[in-house]
Amino acid sequence: MAKVSFNKAFCKSCGLCIGVCPKHIISISESEINSKGYFVAEVLEMDKCIGCAFCATMCPDCVIEVEK
Amino acid sequence: MAIVFEKPKMLTDKPTHYCPGCTHGLAHILTAKAIDKLNAKKVIGVAPVGCAVFAYEYFNCDMQEAAHGRAPAVATGIKRVIPDAIVFAYQGDGDLASIGMAEIVHAAARGENITVIFVNNAIYGMTGGQMAPTTMIGQKATTCQSGRDVALNGYPIHVSEMLSQLQGPCYIERVACYDVKHIKQAQKAIDKAFQNQVEGRGFSMIEILATCPTNWGMSPQDSLKYVEDVMCKVYPLGVYKDTTKEEA
Ligand SMILES: Cc1ncc(C[n+]2csc(CCOP(=O)(O)OP(=O)(O)O)c2C)c(N)n1
Ligand code: SF4
Repeated sequence: MAKVSFNKAFCKSCGLCIGVCPKHIISISESEINSKGYFVAEVLEMDKCIGCAFCATMCPDCVIEVEK
Repeated sequence: MAIVFEKPKMLTDKPTHYCPGCTHGLAHILTAKAIDKLNAKKVIGVAPVGCAVFAYEYFNCDMQEAAHGRAPAVATGIKRVIPDAIVFAYQGDGDLASIGMAEIVHAAARGENITVIFVNNAIYGMTGGQMAPTTMIGQKATTCQSGRDVALNGYPIHVSEMLSQLQGPCYIERVACYDVKHIKQAQKAIDKAFQNQVEGRGFSMIEILATCPTNWGMSPQDSLKYVEDVMCKVYPLGVYKDTTKEEA
């Protein structure tokens, strides 16, 4: 069991988290926009998350918290 | 479930103004994590002029803004007056290697007991992408639009190599943050640079090869690839000086 949570207000849609996720479960939302006007990163299939924290390690804006 | 990754305590809750995908944010996080590990009573940072000019908003400690390039001189003063404090300077390559070249060379030569985080993105980010002393041969910038030309602009400066020739510094390493493995290596280097200060070993500088997607005109992802494929060849990663090894 692992879980990532996004502090969406801080997300800048850079997509660096997407590039490092070994399970390819992160994507940029096509509908949700934050107050800065960025489409935010999201995980749709959380059950596939292994809690490696690669996404959080790569994120320059400290958007992601990981629990395992 | 336990938390395996969270925001370092040394960072404030303010969102940064950096462009999407800019690795200044990563350099902040790595620095903050290294300081968190020290459990230090007093930490004082010195912010540069450049895109990181607002670093004083983001680090959760006392901060002093220095005039352009003067961060190592200001950090020297602070450290000498408050020797118990952990003092670090955070600088870009325009700040450190252009206008601030004298200050960094002399702080290193004096072996000041400070830690310098040097973010090298090979360009002036804040002012709109002009050529820096670190801009690579052939690399485009707004002041060398067909790429840096040796005949006209001379050669780039390799700061880590140059400073490591001095007797003063304790520890100089060049790292990169283009993938998770290298971010972890960078963390180790920065941890060590701060630990050296705690142990009173003298001047430590970590050069981080960083991206400026905006002024490079690349996507954040392509910028990381550019660091890996191009920058790391011109600026090889590694430890350039480590007197802690010589003592051992
Ligand atoms: C005395 C002085 N000269 C010039 C400037 C203009 N200036 C502001 S930031 C900068 C260079 C910043 O580049 P760098 O240090 O590489 O930082 P980056 O923005 O890329 O992070 C310059 C030349 C200034 N602010 N003050
Ligand atoms: S201009 Fe470049 S260095 Fe400055 S915040 Fe944007 S990407 Fe980062």
